[in-house]
Amino acid sequence: MEFKNNPEFEQQLAVLGGADAKLCFQCGTCTAGCPSGRRTSYRVRKLVRMAQLDMKEEIVNSEELWMCSTCYTCMERCPRRVPIVDIIIALRNIAVSEGHIKDKHKGTAKNLYTLGHTVPINDEVKANRAKLGLPEVPPTVLANEKAMAELKAILDAAGFDGIVKE
Amino acid sequence: MAKYAFFLGCVAPLRYPGIEKSTRVVFDKLGVELVDLTDASCCPAPGVIKAFSKTTWLAAAARNLALAEKMGLPIMTICNGCYGSLFEAAHELNNNAEELAKVNEILAKVGVKYNGTTQVYHFAEVLYKEVGIEAIKASFTKPLEYRIGVFYGCHFLKPTDIKGIDDAEDPHILEDLVEATGCKAMPRKQKTLCCGSGGGLKAAFGNVTKEFTQTNLENIKASDAQFIVDVCPFCHLQFDTAQKELGFEIPVLHLAQLYGIAMGMTEEELGLALHKVPVKL
Repeated sequence: MEFKNNPEFEQQLAVLGGADAKLCFQCGTCTAGCPSGRRTSYRVRKLVRMAQLDMKEEIVNSEELWMCSTCYTCMERCPRRVPIVDIIIALRNIAVSEGHIKDKHKGTAKNLYTLGHTVPINDEVKANRAKLGLPEVPPTVLANEKAMAELKAILDAAGFDGIVKE
Repeated sequence: MAKYAFFLGCVAPLRYPGIEKSTRVVFDKLGVELVDLTDASCCPAPGVIKAFSKTTWLAAAARNLALAEKMGLPIMTICNGCYGSLFEAAHELNNNAEELAKVNEILAKVGVKYNGTTQVYHFAEVLYKEVGIEAIKASFTKPLEYRIGVFYGCHFLKPTDIKGIDDAEDPHILEDLVEATGCKAMPRKQKTLCCGSGGGLKAAFGNVTKEFTQTNLENIKASDAQFIVDVCPFCHLQFDTAQKELGFEIPVLHLAQLYGIAMGMTEEELGLALHKVPVKL
């Protein structure tokens, strides 16, 4: 297999906070302590190495990219203090920007976009809140249309509508 | 009197309002004033929204931080996810003028500006550092003697280099907070293991999440704990909803609910009827 430098990918990764992938010297402490890796085919050391080698296509198409629970165990134990979770998040951003997003994740994104929250509200929730003497609708964007419109405008300005609507 | 902007998040107010209610009652009794962070949104969720678009995550978090800044108050959260998200966003924006300027370009479209001054705290940190164990003990009216499995979750303490609340490998803050009630925190294997819900894992690979939860439940059961006490509604949701299928029945309480019990709140006020695993006190 041929490895080619991809300066555009390196630049994308750096802008998203993943530049320190190059500090990794592949000791494998991250993978040894990774609770997801113990249960799945996720090998975080391998993904970081793939990032060093600019293997963008392999990374954005890999299922393993989405197997990190962001528990930070790897980062706590990394002897080089590589911000591993930040690198995974940056790689996911690159994957999503190229249309690699799971339907269920898109659903969560849509909830934020339409409700301002990731969990929906309904009559049962309202009744449960009222029983406790709490306002039926919590005093968040859910209770103020203007605040919700403001949030939506911010999400649009940040380009989130592109992810939600695709 | 200490005063905080109270950030509700999503799972507590919409799935376990008893956690919200308990927090309001407990902090009132402790003399800490919680002012609603009115008009706030989702933090937004660090493992999913941040993973889809860091720019969106940071801008929406900055809006929440700006709301608190306008009130002149630090934020208090009752969820590890909200804490992780807002703390990390504040850490990034409050210490990086370039990032702050970029976010403000987005916020300017709706006339909002964040000046980079909001501080963010987790409620357990406020209890431990601001209120203190002695004052907490003095507020309790009902001595408790339960055996507890404390559950830290991940984003309360980690990454430790910016949060600095307690050690990541062998923390003790939750044991201390739980034992202030008279309960005993039971030692167990792998007490800092993730619940498995974070990072979008639950939505993408739910069976893997269940495997994390199963290991935790096995370890908690082996420790002879009668209750799980968490500090995060998302961990709480996972432990409360996954147990039936996994063949366990260990009731789950948020720390604010345990404190509510020790302060004499009723089962109705604590919202225990909404729990899937029956809670018998």
